[in-house]
Amino acid sequence: MFTYYLDLALRSLKRSPGLTALMVLTIAFGVAASMTAWSVFRAVSGDPIPWKSAQLYVPQIDMWGPQAQASNPDSDKGPPDALDYGDAVALMRDHRAKLQSAMYQIGPAVVPADAAKHPIQTDGHAVFSEFFPMVDAPFQYGGGWTAADDEHRAQVVVIGSKLNTKVFDGGNSVGKMLNVDGRDYRVVGVLKEWNPQPRFFDVVNTGGFASDGEGMFMPFTTAIAAGISNNGNTNCNEVPEAGFEGLQRSACIWIAYMVQLDDAAAAEKYKNYLEGFARTRYPNWAPNVRLRNLPDWLDHEHVVPSDTKVSLLIALGLLIVCLVNTAGLLLAKFLRRSSEIGVRRALGAPRLAIYAQFLTEGAVIGLAGGLLGLVLTGMGVACVGLVLPRDIANLAHLDVSLLATTLVVSVLASLLAALYPTFRAAHVVPAWQLKSN
Amino acid sequence: MTLHPLLAALRRHKAGVVLIALQIALTLAIVCNAIFIIGSRVERIQRPSGLNENDLFMVSQQFVGAPNGDDQATTDKLDSLLQADVATLRNLPDVESVTPINSLPLANSTWSGGASTKPDEKNEPAHVAYYFGGKDLLKTLGVHLTSGRDFTNDEYDNRAFRAPNKPAVAIISQALADKLYPDHDALGKPIYFDGGTTPTTIVGIVERLQTPSVDSWANDFAWNTALIPTRLDAGYSRYAVRAKPGRMDAAMKAATAALYTANPMRVFFLDGKGARAFSEIRANTYRADRGMAILMGVICLILLAVTGAGIVGLTSFWVGQRHKQIGVRRALGARKRDILHYFQTENLLIAGGGAVVGIVLAIGLNLWLMSRFEMDRIPVLYVLFGVAVVLLLGQAAVFAPARRAANVPPVVATRSI
Repeated sequence: MFTYYLDLALRSLKRSPGLTALMVLTIAFGVAASMTAWSVFRAVSGDPIPWKSAQLYVPQIDMWGPQAQASNPDSDKGPPDALDYGDAVALMRDHRAKLQSAMYQIGPAVVPADAAKHPIQTDGHAVFSEFFPMVDAPFQYGGGWTAADDEHRAQVVVIGSKLNTKVFDGGNSVGKMLNVDGRDYRVVGVLKEWNPQPRFFDVVNTGGFASDGEGMFMPFTTAIAAGISNNGNTNCNEVPEAGFEGLQRSACIWIAYMVQLDDAAAAEKYKNYLEGFARTRYPNWAPNVRLRNLPDWLDHEHVVPSDTKVSLLIALGLLIVCLVNTAGLLLAKFLRRSSEIGVRRALGAPRLAIYAQFLTEGAVIGLAGGLLGLVLTGMGVACVGLVLPRDIANLAHLDVSLLATTLVVSVLASLLAALYPTFRAAHVVPAWQLKSN
Repeated sequence: MTLHPLLAALRRHKAGVVLIALQIALTLAIVCNAIFIIGSRVERIQRPSGLNENDLFMVSQQFVGAPNGDDQATTDKLDSLLQADVATLRNLPDVESVTPINSLPLANSTWSGGASTKPDEKNEPAHVAYYFGGKDLLKTLGVHLTSGRDFTNDEYDNRAFRAPNKPAVAIISQALADKLYPDHDALGKPIYFDGGTTPTTIVGIVERLQTPSVDSWANDFAWNTALIPTRLDAGYSRYAVRAKPGRMDAAMKAATAALYTANPMRVFFLDGKGARAFSEIRANTYRADRGMAILMGVICLILLAVTGAGIVGLTSFWVGQRHKQIGVRRALGARKRDILHYFQTENLLIAGGGAVVGIVLAIGLNLWLMSRFEMDRIPVLYVLFGVAVVLLLGQAAVFAPARRAANVPPVVATRSI
């Protein structure tokens, strides 16, 4: 029976090729526009570490007090989104979470052993040893450093795969020495290609998205001792004393912090600890702390650009208009065949048969629109690089799931559009049609 | 022509009429908001920065193994590195002038603080972005000094970038002057930065100078800027360079090469490129806005094309369906023009109805976007423009099928099917 309906649908579509083309084009453009917008949205709103994002938390503490909060533009009057040095170090010392790391962004230069080569600009973070197991950083060679290395300010680094290729031609460089800003560090680990999007462990300083993975990680304590300055944002409530050491004594915020807590009970306990911590350190005001898990934190930091959301909404609006358009055209087309329907019904076809026939026709249009939509979506995704910021555009890509979604959305959309016209067609009164002929 | 027969006919295709009106309403709602987004982005992109942007570029680099600048000796060392670079750049044949600077408008990296007319103020009335520079600061930036004077050579000094900011003199933007001294001329008046107690004298006012960041957090002080005659000594440095007219490409190439030759212990930012034309900084900063405007433009075009084609398709159907009735009307004496007008009026009614609903939807969508995202209220003009667009689109789309209808010969009436 299905092949019969298919045959009927194709005949009917062939009878008015212009109108058919119009419907197919409409569906194709509507689907392609929304799928292109979806591909960008999907890329920037993805969970960078889905298997444990619910266990990663970002603690916030109000170190500036209610007076500074008065001029806080945030509606929830939450604490600042980074920590000062004193709090970060004290939290590390207390060590109350399963895994935790304070971190700050660094941008040191690497000096190649070959004096003829120019130094290499790189970026990275100064972190604690627990950072690597916490964020599940994938190692190619070696591993992270130990807690004892943190303690002793060991001269060690973990480097990214790109830097490893640049400096050591991509081989196993564990144990080799790397000259960073004039000091020698021993490579203890080399990461695989690792560039989580967004860069969840420090979205405040990285802005979320970056084309390349991080160049290197070194112990926080070592970086502080070497006076390696922070490359990220510094926010001050009051003018700090001079120098990097002055910054460390100040209430300026420039340090990101992340903890791993395995379940809700642990999170609850840690939140209580944070409140106690804030009460002890800032006795002059009521503790104002937050403990957001990673998804909430990314949302709070508005990591997904609002332009991406607006584009997706507007593109979905376009899809709806295309649906309404198709529905209108199908309605006209189906009702024009009222006499045909009348004859079929009079000859004994049940309503269900009419439904099946016309929905098949809708599905055929959807399938054709979907196929054309695939091509247009491909073009759309290829073109986003021309108009969007590169860091974001690079993330949007075609894959099987996007292609499948395009086809499914297209067929579902045209079935939806065909629903009302089919309903009308199925309720044509046969007697009327027979009479008028 | 009376509307009665027209309305009676519309009532017979209620569903089709409702669908096309709904489509027009949705189209209007989306097009209005999309055009509004385009308009506001274009306006944003076209804001002048206050600089003379031609022949201007920026070099950004970092010294390798540089001292930290936490004491006088290392600060002096950093300053001599900086001064050497400035001299190297200044001596290039294609370079007009050079200044060390912490950032440029649109270059994103922002040093901001508070400004007040009173000392020791906790909640300063104005937010301000600083430009710290050396000799030839104004000349290199090409800002327009409206009153007061340029810095004199002995007013330039230097400090480590983590040392406190206590300049004796400053040149501020008109916007900041108006904010701090709304009723007086700010020239010669004191200004206190970052809640400090050291007065800084305003020696000049520039017409316009944008902040480095165009992100939303910097919106409330987008034009509040201060030029400070202080070289910042740090492990990294930036130089604004004005090339001789038409010689920018040559100057940019020569700049990085000359700096490397003079002192190879450095890395250039931007993946080793180091020099970036201001036009590129501008394009890069507004890339997202430009992209959004293009995206909205494409969506508008598709939307209008789909709706226009939909109207053509549906009207064509109606014309085919009413072939005989049209023939009858023609036979009874209706002129071609009457038939044409009939379909045009019909479309105007449907599109008008759709537009009324569309206005409500457009404003609703705008309000909703305002509540969720950073967006302004849509000006009435955009809505009216959108209404005009959809009505014209309807008339243009209906014209071809309507003319076909007008060409139905009267003899159809007497033919049996």
